[in-house]
Amino acid sequence: MWKDHLTEIIIFTILFLAVSALGFVAARWRRPATLEHLDEWGLGGRSFGGWITWFLLGGDLYTAYTFVAVPALMFGAGATGFFALPYTVIIYPMAFLVLVRLWSVSHRHGFVTPADFVRARFGSPTLALVIAITGIVATMPYIALQLVGIEAVLKTMGVTGSSMLARHLPIIVAFAILAAYTYQSGLRAPALIAFVKDTLIYLVIIVAVLYIPARLGGWDKIFGAADAHFAANPKAGGTLLTSANQWQYVTLAFGSALALFLYPHNVTGVLASRNRGVIKRNMSALPAYSFLLGLIALLGYMAIAAKIVPLPGAKAGSKDANTVVPLLFQHMFPGWFAGIAFAAIGIGALVPAAIMSIAAANLFTRNVYKEYLRPDATPAQEAKVSKVASLLVKVGALAFIVFLDPQFSIDLQLIGGIIILQTLPAVALGLYSRWFHRGALIAGWAAGMVVGFWMLWVTPNAATRHKHFGGSAYALSHLGFDTKVTMYTGFLAVLVNLVVVVLATLVLRAMKTPDGVDATVEDDYHVDAGDPGVTPTPAEPAPV
Amino acid sequence: MTSPHTDPVPPRGDRSPLYWLLLVPVVVPLLVPLFNADDPRLFGFPRFYWLQLAFIILGVGTTTLVYQLTKRRG
Repeated sequence: MWKDHLTEIIIFTILFLAVSALGFVAARWRRPATLEHLDEWGLGGRSFGGWITWFLLGGDLYTAYTFVAVPALMFGAGATGFFALPYTVIIYPMAFLVLVRLWSVSHRHGFVTPADFVRARFGSPTLALVIAITGIVATMPYIALQLVGIEAVLKTMGVTGSSMLARHLPIIVAFAILAAYTYQSGLRAPALIAFVKDTLIYLVIIVAVLYIPARLGGWDKIFGAADAHFAANPKAGGTLLTSANQWQYVTLAFGSALALFLYPHNVTGVLASRNRGVIKRNMSALPAYSFLLGLIALLGYMAIAAKIVPLPGAKAGSKDANTVVPLLFQHMFPGWFAGIAFAAIGIGALVPAAIMSIAAANLFTRNVYKEYLRPDATPAQEAKVSKVASLLVKVGALAFIVFLDPQFSIDLQLIGGIIILQTLPAVALGLYSRWFHRGALIAGWAAGMVVGFWMLWVTPNAATRHKHFGGSAYALSHLGFDTKVTMYTGFLAVLVNLVVVVLATLVLRAMKTPDGVDATVEDDYHVDAGDPGVTPTPAEPAPV
Repeated sequence: MTSPHTDPVPPRGDRSPLYWLLLVPVVVPLLVPLFNADDPRLFGFPRFYWLQLAFIILGVGTTTLVYQLTKRRG
């Protein structure tokens, strides 16, 4: 019952409200002449320096869901869950050069979204629309999953109800507040809140990794308990990789790293930075969060050692593994500190949810509204449309959680990671090469989507006894190989995508099909703040 | 660094050979045989866990080095 957790609830509520107030105040922070411009509302004036970017991107890349789901995966499956660590190590050297190119070309041309870039680079509004819709569809369930993170915390504090409304009321209230301050303050709100969120997360995790192992008898005991647990349940997993799942581990880490900066909300965080140096320095500094993530992942093993039993899930007989970490905190910490820890997770959900809704709204505004509905829209109208769209996106995400089985959001998020990868050739490779034909990029995207969906469709989930969408590990035995090896679906799908792009480009070139005009020149990819044509806030996007 | 050139405009572009160094922290963390073992343990952590955590230092070190060495090139 919730009355047993009153201290936790009070601390959680106070911190949550304090942060909400901060979200409203953010409109005045680094105040611009007007917020009625997409560069201001949607990109914080493109003016964030090293520290703000570090907190903003940190809050963006390492979401509450990650903090809840990664240890839950370690708790359930062992070593495979640790893929999140190599994933967030290799991403930064991979993105180091790519993102500064994207920054430069976006600042010279006033791009706000990855689809803006694709439109100008390949001269194809259709391809841009495909990229924009992919981005929106991939982002929506991601926002919904942030709510899953908050719900796990609320459930642990006993804040649940019997009716559907009572059960979801706290989340609806929390999201209404989030929607209101995002509407008012734009990207400045999550940027400012990220400071609080990350401070709380660092505090909680540092305390957790010092205090909990001490109580459990040391790291030896924790790993010993995990070993014993998986030795008794070899089907669940193990504390090391096997020959069957190590390729899954590597391709999942690599494929996820490729996908990360294709997500529109992460592009938003990058484009909001002040200059190229800010991005490069952040590629060195962001792994501090990876260290945190590695330690958080091990909370899953601590939960095994502490003999935590997850709370029941939405369906009878099922278990909600996402409650493992909140339960561990509750079990180990005094009530007041558990309250702080829960607030850290709850606020940790708000920052990415806000940035994601802003990014999805920007995609709609730039690549649907301005492209197809109101080509002569002024910057003020763009900002207005984006603000309203950000509200609609949040209502949509909320509907996912209230009306659908949370498992459905998790499935959709899985699909989201795979479909966002299909924008890799146009967005990431497009930054380096103009060789691809616009028609071929669309064909490759379609092929990657079809193959990706098919692979997910034939993958069953043993734990929930679902026949389809049972995870991102595709068994190569489906292709007729006599093996137990699995690989990451998204990685295989993007390989198919690339092959189709190359072949179709050759065919379309041979047929002399008209190609789009490239509105960018080589120098655009190297300009920095202060160079001609690059201003912090261009009043009007350069003609494309 | 002193430059023998009098030309104040640094060469643009991202073609420095130093950038190839960035491949090291991308490839090494994906080499499963390096870390997929229990021994040796460090502070109670099996090799699988402490070595992968240590790869963060490799990543930070390499990106910092490359950034510092290529700063002037823009």
